[in-house]
Amino acid sequence: MSTSTDTSQFLDLAQPLALDGGQSLPGVRIAYETQGTLNAARDNAILICHALTGDHHVVSDHPKTGKPGWWVRMVGPGKPIDTDRFFVICANVIGSCMGSTGPASLAGDGRPWGMRFPVITIRDMVRGHVALLDALGIESLHAVVGGSMGGMQALSLASNFADRTRAALVIASTARHSAQNIAFHEVGRQAIMADPEWREGAYYEARESGGKGPEKGLSVARMAAHITYLSEAGLTEKFGRRLQDREEKTFGFDADFQIESYLRYQGLAFTDRFDANSYLYITRAMDYFDLAEEHGGLLAHAFAASKARFCLVSFDTDWLYPTADSRNVVHALNAAGLPVSFVELSAPYGHDSFLLDVPALDRVVEGFLGEGH
Amino acid sequence: MSLLRPDLAVIAANVAPGSRVLDVGCGDGTLMLALRDKGCDARGMELDSANVGLCVGKGLSVIQGDADRDLAFYPDQSVDYAILSQTLQTTMRPDRVLEELLRIGRRAFVSFPNFAHWRVRLSLLWGGRMPVTRLLPVAWYETPNIHHLTVDDFRELVRSRGITVEGAWFLSGDQTCSPAAANFRAEHAVFLLTR
Repeated sequence: MSTSTDTSQFLDLAQPLALDGGQSLPGVRIAYETQGTLNAARDNAILICHALTGDHHVVSDHPKTGKPGWWVRMVGPGKPIDTDRFFVICANVIGSCMGSTGPASLAGDGRPWGMRFPVITIRDMVRGHVALLDALGIESLHAVVGGSMGGMQALSLASNFADRTRAALVIASTARHSAQNIAFHEVGRQAIMADPEWREGAYYEARESGGKGPEKGLSVARMAAHITYLSEAGLTEKFGRRLQDREEKTFGFDADFQIESYLRYQGLAFTDRFDANSYLYITRAMDYFDLAEEHGGLLAHAFAASKARFCLVSFDTDWLYPTADSRNVVHALNAAGLPVSFVELSAPYGHDSFLLDVPALDRVVEGFLGEGH
Repeated sequence: MSLLRPDLAVIAANVAPGSRVLDVGCGDGTLMLALRDKGCDARGMELDSANVGLCVGKGLSVIQGDADRDLAFYPDQSVDYAILSQTLQTTMRPDRVLEELLRIGRRAFVSFPNFAHWRVRLSLLWGGRMPVTRLLPVAWYETPNIHHLTVDDFRELVRSRGITVEGAWFLSGDQTCSPAAANFRAEHAVFLLTR
């Protein structure tokens, strides 16, 4: 179902949200969307957690770009995440810029938070989700589902709020950010912070008086990140060394190659829909994510209180969160004695496979979620 | 309900109801479903991703993994039965896999095709070629069976490792045959082992 109007709902938390960094965040607003109907027993809810630059518009059109929701192929009536059976919730993470409180939101003094916004963690995002579940009167989820950063939230919820979910489906994700993951994020952050328009994060006012904000930096950050979402073979097949709208190389620094043109477009389009400071904060949260570290260094301990079923899925061409990352989680869950399924699916699209047309993923998602209800 | 393969039927009939079970090389989950019907907590491991997808679709907990490599991550004595049906002969190191089964499980069921069955012997004796039979239908260069063994080979392995045989079933088609005749007459063997 697509809608032309924004279907966001909002929850304003009465209490400040206590954060891992020691601070607490006052005046938290959480934007979310729901599909389907919560049953009388209130036990058919599925929480979908979105990725780094995602939002709660799972099936509804994006309010800024007008594009269809990011998981319409997976969520809906009769689809693998069946809204005829399940009450499907997706909340925008705190720190984001799509309706939930983030660095672009106004602080108590009426000015945007900017870099005064506290550094948050994946667990803090999950605290926001749990506050939403409390408000919706949902004690225990049928499942929490997420890909990429959404998978980190799913793991964090299943670990830290073990009684709040009966199953967790974690796709193309990891229990900790590797040095390589952190490195790519740091390139993006430095690109943003090197942009003079960034102004130490206080670009919001300047933008209202005609300033541009750190669009160049954010664009470069997105370009670098975008490469990590695709596979080398996928890039070669899609672009190769083909030239963009020209017969010969120009011996200059224009976008001669199609891949250059594509990345520049992706970078630029991203600045229309995403806030640079949110990008800094959310990538930081991902870099800080190490579920084992939160539990004394042993990942199996992270799941000691859990009674949930787990399913992990990786893709053979995903080099951002490779299969070994998923296996690492599977081994910990095994050690904890929990029921866990794991499959490495073959798909050509790299990390982005979880968002794209992979019928084998549909079958696994439908099968796993259909069970136990 | 589909009829279980004879060796799986033997295993399913002899697993105590309500047990915890790890089925290594669980295929499409047929045995796991039968065990689940007996109230068992059955988990699986399977190499083939399409089969894993089928199992998850049936609501089974199955991990894509390799018996040679991934059993190491299961805790000691964490299940009542570790099951390896028709998979031993496909592993790189059957002896190590066997040790792993008995580390993870208090008991282990192991079933395998008997390479000393008379048909195989005849085929080798008269044909002089690696046998291609009903039970070993794939040519030598593409068979997953890289460590063919006989009933007597297996008996010798478990004896040398100090493993106790609690039960043994020898199958020829739908028939069973005696332990004495097994190495010649059995197409399949199923052993129940413990330490």
